[in-house]
Amino acid sequence: MSDMLAKRIIPCLDVKDNRVVKGVNFLNLRDAGDPVELGSRYSDEGADELVFLDITATIRSRKTIIDMVEKVAENVFIPFTVGGGIRGIEDFDVLLKSGAEKVSVNTAAVDNPNLLSQAANKFGNQCVVLAIDARRSKSRTGHWQVCVKAGTEPTDIDVVEWAVKAEKLGAGEILLTSMDADGTKAGYDNQLNKAVSSAVNIPVIASGGAGKLEHLYDAIAEGGADAVLMASITHFEECGIHQMKEYLAAHGIPMNL
Amino acid sequence: MIVVINYAVGNVKSVCNAFEHIGCEVKLSRNASDIEHSSGLVLPGVAAFGYAMNALGDLADLLKKVVRQGKPILGICVGYQLLFEQSCEHGDNKGLGFISGKVIKLPDGLTIPHMGWNSVELPQNMELFKGIGENKHFYFAHSYYSQTTDSQAKFAYTDYGFKLPAAVQKSNVYGTQFHPEKSGPSGLAVLKNFQKICENY
Repeated sequence: MSDMLAKRIIPCLDVKDNRVVKGVNFLNLRDAGDPVELGSRYSDEGADELVFLDITATIRSRKTIIDMVEKVAENVFIPFTVGGGIRGIEDFDVLLKSGAEKVSVNTAAVDNPNLLSQAANKFGNQCVVLAIDARRSKSRTGHWQVCVKAGTEPTDIDVVEWAVKAEKLGAGEILLTSMDADGTKAGYDNQLNKAVSSAVNIPVIASGGAGKLEHLYDAIAEGGADAVLMASITHFEECGIHQMKEYLAAHGIPMNL
Repeated sequence: MIVVINYAVGNVKSVCNAFEHIGCEVKLSRNASDIEHSSGLVLPGVAAFGYAMNALGDLADLLKKVVRQGKPILGICVGYQLLFEQSCEHGDNKGLGFISGKVIKLPDGLTIPHMGWNSVELPQNMELFKGIGENKHFYFAHSYYSQTTDSQAKFAYTDYGFKLPAAVQKSNVYGTQFHPEKSGPSGLAVLKNFQKICENY
């Protein structure tokens, strides 16, 4: 029914020591290592939202990330999510106060699911993003396992069950990364996207595997995704965000153009 | 000078950043004298309704007083919802009551929160939207919405499977359910219009 709500294009930037180490390399952007500069350019290009991931995520890097969030918030006037190394409610508090719109959490929520309710009760569920790293189960066909610690550690938790539980607890959005599709440029795992998006009522961001314009369309049309995230696409069909949006709009997807 | 009410909830800084970006003098404060001497007030909001109202505490009475005297106020997101009489988010909670009506959960069957960019029909008789165009996308992130029968209030709407109130104006009381500070150039234009409203106060 929500026909008018535009589907979102979300570039993701991996940040280490206040430098972007993995971003989306569109041809018309020179490779800028500065998160503020790159975030600002993506915003000008028409990105609907940004995700910054602190890939060092040590206690020492926390301070650097907070400084970065403050600078991004002073220069970028679209929503952005910050994730990586979130441990507790204090991290939500400080990142939101520094100017992030949302905070994404993976491992800490698996360890302590009540963190989702705590954060939702205090800040509202719209700023609580549950990141799920999903891997196809080898033993159960049509099922996916939740992986934690940056995808290095598989658990016995079923992805769809976890998504449903997380929604009940207070997650406002799910950032769903397919570990199988990530880096392949062969398209999103739309069986995964569909399984999760049809099981929950909160928005699902599809992540991992984008390489062509039609992959974006498929994630939305087949996978039921509300947004598509792209982490590391080199020379994405030689086009930028604006062209992606025009392509999707021309194929009947509502976009903010 | 515009005062952004600092009531220790979530992301209040982004609103200040956006005003500074458009060249508007702004101060984040909860000091009574700052509020009384301001040219206008902004009630930001990233929090649950009850938590936000609680965090306002005694400031609620001061806000009611200065707004009754004609000072412009702009409520954003939960700040918009606080302009109404009550909300049922996490139990019944009273709001500021500038606009009659209540805040209730979005209907079942919709994706909740209503999160992302939705297009808003912009009535040309609402000061916040002067010169921006007839239809623009703005960034929404909320799970509750306002229901009102206030005949003195003007509303702008968006389509989310039903006619969802996106902005309000009732004399000097203004509000947006969406986040103008996160809505790119169109959002900054709304803040610029509020700046002009405050300059004329």
